[in-house]
Amino acid sequence: MPMRVIVVQFSGSTCDRDLVYAMKDVMGWEVDLIWYKNAQKHLESYDAIFLPGGFTYGDHLRAGIIAAYTPVMDKVKELAKEGFPVFGICNGFQILVESGLLPGALIGNDTLRFSCKWTNLRVETTRSAATNVAKKGDIWKVPIAHGEGRYFLDEKGLKELNENDQVVWRYVSDDGKITAKGNPNGSIESIAGICNLEGNVVGLMPHPERASESILSPWGSDHGKLYFQSLENYFRRG
Amino acid sequence: MAKFNAEVIIEGKKNARDPEGETIMRDLMIKHGYDMVSSVRSGKILKVTLEAKNEKEAEDICWNMVNELRIYNPVAHICTIKIVK
Repeated sequence: MPMRVIVVQFSGSTCDRDLVYAMKDVMGWEVDLIWYKNAQKHLESYDAIFLPGGFTYGDHLRAGIIAAYTPVMDKVKELAKEGFPVFGICNGFQILVESGLLPGALIGNDTLRFSCKWTNLRVETTRSAATNVAKKGDIWKVPIAHGEGRYFLDEKGLKELNENDQVVWRYVSDDGKITAKGNPNGSIESIAGICNLEGNVVGLMPHPERASESILSPWGSDHGKLYFQSLENYFRRG
Repeated sequence: MAKFNAEVIIEGKKNARDPEGETIMRDLMIKHGYDMVSSVRSGKILKVTLEAKNEKEAEDICWNMVNELRIYNPVAHICTIKIVK
C-alpha cells in the first residue's frame, strides 16, 4: 500500500506542486492537493499532513501567522497533539511555529535579503519522523528559498530543545562544521529544522522536495529523498 | 462610544540581532555624520482606529487583540501599545 498524504494549499502557497511532484512521481505515493477551506474534514483519512512552502497571505504581519489562524489549522493542531504526523516545509514550518505546534520564531534573515541557495544540513537526531533512515551526522545538500528563516529562541527554550533532542538539522559548512559561513540566515545555533517532543511534528526551512532527484542537484545528490523515505519508514514501523 | 487611535509597536527583543537597525545606523546615520547615534532598533507599527467607551477600554481591547491573535510573537518580539490623542 503506498503512502497516502495530503498537501494543504493556502492562499499564497507556491511550493505545493513541487511537493506533490516529489511525493507522487518520485516516491510513488498517493497525494491529494486540497484547498485549505476544503481540507479540514478530510485530514484524518490520510497518513500524514503536509504544509508546503510559499508566501501565505503575502507574509503580511509575519510569515505564516495568518495561515496559522485559518480553521483548518485548528484541526491540524488537534490531530498533531494526538500524534498524527504533520510536516511543514519553509512557509509550512513558519505556520507550525506561529500556530504554536513548534517552539520559537522565524524572523528576517540576518542578510536582510531573500536567499535562494544550496545549504548543507547536518542530521542531529534520527528520532524524528523525517530523519529516521539517516545517520546522526549525515550531511544533506538541500536548498533554501526564504526571506524570514532565521530561527530564534530564548536561552531557556534552547536549553530545553537541545536537552529534549528536538533539533533535527543544523546548517553546517561543506566539512560538517558549524560556522558563520555555513549558516545562511543567522539562525541561532545554526538551527534549520526542529521537531516537537514526540517527533511527529517536524518543521524544516530548506526544501527537500527540491533536492529529491539527482538531476536537480549540482552534485548529482538526492538527499531530499531521505526526508520522504524516513516518513515512509516511520509510518510502516507504526 | 468614542473613536480612539492606537499605535501598536512591535520590535525585536534585545537579545535578537536587528541587522536592519544596525545597517541604518552604520551605513546611513554614522557614515553621514551622525556619529552621536549609538543604537537603532527597527520595528513595525500598526496604527489602529477603534471604538471604545474610554481610553482604558481602548487599550484593553488592543492588548486582548494582540495577545489573542499573536500580533507579535512573544518569543522574539516585545510589544507596546500607546493610545494617541
